[in-house]
Amino acid sequence: MDINYYNADDLKKFGNIVEFQKEMGEKFFGYYGEVFKEGALTAREKSLIALAVAHAVQCPYCIDAYSSDAYEKGYSESQMMEAVHVAAAIRGGASLVHGVQMMNKVKKISL
Amino acid sequence: MSEFVKIKLKSLKATANSLSKAEHQLAVLEQNPTQFTPFHSQLNTIGLRPLRPTALEVFQVNLGKMCNQVCTHCHVDAGPDRKEIMTKETMETIIEVLKANPTFKIVDMTGGAPEMNPHFRWFVEEVSKLGIQMYVRCNLTIITANKKYNDLPEFFKKHKIEVISSLPFYSKNRTDKQRGDGVFESSIKALQMLNEVGYGKEDSELKLNLVYNPAGAFLPPDQSALEKEYKTALANDFGISFNNLFAITNLPVSRYLDYLITSENYEDYMTKLIDAFNPTAAENVMCRNTISIGWDGYIYDCDFNQMLELKVSNPTTQHISTFNASALQDRSIIVNNHCYGCTAGSGSSCGGAVA
Ligand code: SF4
Ligand code: SF4
Repeated sequence: MDINYYNADDLKKFGNIVEFQKEMGEKFFGYYGEVFKEGALTAREKSLIALAVAHAVQCPYCIDAYSSDAYEKGYSESQMMEAVHVAAAIRGGASLVHGVQMMNKVKKISL
Repeated sequence: MSEFVKIKLKSLKATANSLSKAEHQLAVLEQNPTQFTPFHSQLNTIGLRPLRPTALEVFQVNLGKMCNQVCTHCHVDAGPDRKEIMTKETMETIIEVLKANPTFKIVDMTGGAPEMNPHFRWFVEEVSKLGIQMYVRCNLTIITANKKYNDLPEFFKKHKIEVISSLPFYSKNRTDKQRGDGVFESSIKALQMLNEVGYGKEDSELKLNLVYNPAGAFLPPDQSALEKEYKTALANDFGISFNNLFAITNLPVSRYLDYLITSENYEDYMTKLIDAFNPTAAENVMCRNTISIGWDGYIYDCDFNQMLELKVSNPTTQHISTFNASALQDRSIIVNNHCYGCTAGSGSSCGGAVA
């Protein structure tokens, strides 16, 4: 059976998305390249942000790519794990803060 | 990474590892299981084959394989158990060759720890008399290893030797992983000693350059961004200054090749190197202006070919005793798949990136 879900080799083929829509694909890669250049934030700082976001959106391709990239750019194991905790804390907090909405609703409709 | 963090206490040779033999390393490099383009064909496609020297400018001398460290990535397979060191007779022949061939602008001394050769200081003084600029590839810890080496910074200063030293990272953890426990601390101490005598200050003629090489199976990041980070971190944490950072790629030779194989990273790493092949870096590979002399006086295209026992191609000038500049200038440089390490990304040489 074909492996259709999350094949590690597919990451190398990311660039092929232009095959089906050239213009948008190229614009995306141009933009992507621009975003990760040295800027007000260093390329190194951006790599760690990307690592945290990769965990928040749970993209296995991005996790592979930015685990290597952040390590290669010199972040330590503990710094990288703390970045993952930041993603987890924001995700956890995002659920929990909606608890206030739930409380508001319940308080409104209850006696 | 677990294989990498295991610090070796002995050389491959001392543990009778088959990779201590050059022919075995070459067999691995030529296996090519993923059907990649061999390096020589790659050179063909960009019109660089045969690879020829541009000039004979850098005279690199390996003063011996003896070293006070046993770094995991070492392509020399150096260590305290290695007894191969250059004799004074060979050094005398080298001095004669340098006298007769004034085209050489730089004498680059490497090892092992070159300072452990008992004739090291004599050799430096003789080269100094010829007025040739010298580089020493100093591993830093040798300076603090023993009292008799504590005055090395002063000695280097006296002869205005450019000091080029490995510091794989500006944090203890990564440095010690690659070079052994306690290496970071003693390297920091040595750097401070070099700074004290005037090395590494901006505008100082006493140059202190650091070398970064990746602690694992990956390529170095951008050299100039990394240099900034090193400068900030070392200045803030330890008050250390230095001139330039050279980001060097690890070549699949000797202990690093052993690491790649045992950690099952070899194929992926070769693929990374090959995917990053850069024709500009290929044009500027260091063997085009360098020759490398082994501890026993044999002549090679570079230190890596030396460790793979690939002597220069011209049979009439393979030893310092039969040194012939024009034959060397006319030679074809011997290449193999390890050369992909010199041509990946921004390229890599003993002076860092080349493209
Ligand atoms: S890398 Fe340098 S310091 Fe480390 S073992 Fe090899 S020669 Fe010695
Ligand atoms: S490994 Fe040596 S011979 Fe090969 S490209 Fe690099 S410097 Fe030249």
